[in-house]
Amino acid sequence: MELILPFLIGILFAASLYLILHRHFFKLILGLIIFGLANNLFVFVIGRLTRGGSAIIPQEDSVATEPFADPVPQALLLTAIVIGFGIQAFAIVLIKRVYQAFGTNDLDDMNSTDQIEEQEK
Amino acid sequence: MNHLLLLLPLLIPLYAAILCLFFWRYVKVQQYIAVLAQAGLLVSTFLLLLEVNTNGIATTQIGNWPAPFGITLAADLFSCLMVLTGSIVGMAIHLFSIKGLDRGRQTFGYYPILLLLQLGIGGVCLTGDLFNMFVWFELLLICCFVLIALGGTKPQLEGAIKYVTINLLASGFLLTGIGLVYGITGTLNLAELGLMARAPMTHPSMVTLAGMFFLVAFGTKAAIFPLFFWLPASYHTPPIAISSFIAGLLTKVGMYAMIRLFTLVFIQDKGLMLPLFTVLAGLTMVIGVLGAASQNDFRKILSFHIVSQIGYMLMGLAISTPLALAGSIYFIMHNVLVKTNLFLISGVVAHRHGTYALKKLGSVYLQHPFLSLLFFISAFSLAGIPPFSGFWGKFMLAKAGFEADYFGLVLTSLAVSLLTIFSMTKIWNEVFWKRKPETDPLLEVMTEADLRVNRLLHLPVVFLVVFILFIGVYAEPTVALAQRAAEQLLNSEMYINAVLKR
Repeated sequence: MELILPFLIGILFAASLYLILHRHFFKLILGLIIFGLANNLFVFVIGRLTRGGSAIIPQEDSVATEPFADPVPQALLLTAIVIGFGIQAFAIVLIKRVYQAFGTNDLDDMNSTDQIEEQEK
Repeated sequence: MNHLLLLLPLLIPLYAAILCLFFWRYVKVQQYIAVLAQAGLLVSTFLLLLEVNTNGIATTQIGNWPAPFGITLAADLFSCLMVLTGSIVGMAIHLFSIKGLDRGRQTFGYYPILLLLQLGIGGVCLTGDLFNMFVWFELLLICCFVLIALGGTKPQLEGAIKYVTINLLASGFLLTGIGLVYGITGTLNLAELGLMARAPMTHPSMVTLAGMFFLVAFGTKAAIFPLFFWLPASYHTPPIAISSFIAGLLTKVGMYAMIRLFTLVFIQDKGLMLPLFTVLAGLTMVIGVLGAASQNDFRKILSFHIVSQIGYMLMGLAISTPLALAGSIYFIMHNVLVKTNLFLISGVVAHRHGTYALKKLGSVYLQHPFLSLLFFISAFSLAGIPPFSGFWGKFMLAKAGFEADYFGLVLTSLAVSLLTIFSMTKIWNEVFWKRKPETDPLLEVMTEADLRVNRLLHLPVVFLVVFILFIGVYAEPTVALAQRAAEQLLNSEMYINAVLKR
């Protein structure tokens, strides 16, 4: 399991960056979502994997019994997932509005804000 | 009392934003709440600065958990100066928005979002916890996303999509870096991380790797050289009240985070980092100013200058002596005020003449000599002409550079200053000096009410110019504060001891 996860994270990162570099809006959204997933999985795995031990302190003890999983990455992860969810939702709505306003699916058509204003003749 | 003072810069905007939401339909009430909250914020941040100045670094633990476990809030002089500058600018923007932003946008939650943006800026500057910093950054970014897209015109949507995509990526890199730091050290408290960074480490190269993730993440948010392309593509698209706030403050908050982390946590690999920063600082300055020289739009010229000025802030971090960091801190404050002010002035001009294109503008000096004077002061401050504020920042940076033998970087920065004057002269010639080209006379007619609004819009500009003149002409107290802030940054033991209560 510990061997598979790093490869999975690597594949997710690679796939997401590949998708983000596409010009198509839908692939951009997919890429952003997968990028978020890859990040979350990375934070989860780097906090060390401990199976079957939750960090709950038994009533008669003052410390949790070893081995227990580090609760901090899990807490971070929950926060990151919620934030990521909100931002992805915003990004999807934004892209939908852009699609409606511009009537195009191609990011290359959206370069008007980069251009230097035409010199008036 | 001390704890409350530290929390007020966060509580005031938060509660004011919530209160604004209750009055969704009553924009007038929202305006009063927002301006009152801004005034409260200004007073509270000023009191916090006085408190930190006399009694040293203020800290508090949220939920009263002891330091490395609970979430720490800590204010040293640097963070106080940042939140104070932020609240000054926020006040000006609120005053400007009341008349300077169209009614339609104001009714769709503009004020609550602006206040939440203030909250995010305060949070980033006051937090003492790495993950908490990430959360504040996300709060700040989502407010910016909404503000840039608010109104939903075509250029805005286009700018927003570029801004959102690149910032989502940067946030992802930030999260990965945070994960890496936690994996190596097992803590996220900045003070404890600083303590560990000063002890012998088992994986020094891993810490450098994590530092690179932070460099990319904050470098994107601060718009340093290879990562700045989103900025000139998006900052000029929203209405001027929004873009001047975002343009004035956000990149500097990214710079704040960078200076904080690279003086406190990622200090092992100076041999790699400092030359890298030197090269990046030089390139950021040059590319930004060259980009500005090619533009023909008031706001776009200013947007490219943001990039150029970020290079100066990075220059202080690259030289990394007390004087250089003091120069950076002073320069950040100066730049937030001046840049916001220049954007606001472009807004006042556009309100009167209906365009930002240099070709179509003209004769502003003839019609508004007072506004021209205000622009003159701000532009000369930006270019760094004594006795205005930019000069002192550049003087400190150049002096520190000569003392530390960074001749190439100093010469680059001085050459870039000349090019900055060139850009400002271009705006002056085109907008203020030359005769206005003949246009449709119907556009020229303004009602008496519009003229009164235009006069009211001068108010926030004057408000900011007062501060610019204060830190420029009477520079000594601000420079002294910046120097003490730099000493606090470089003697990290003070920060660590204050947070960990050792």
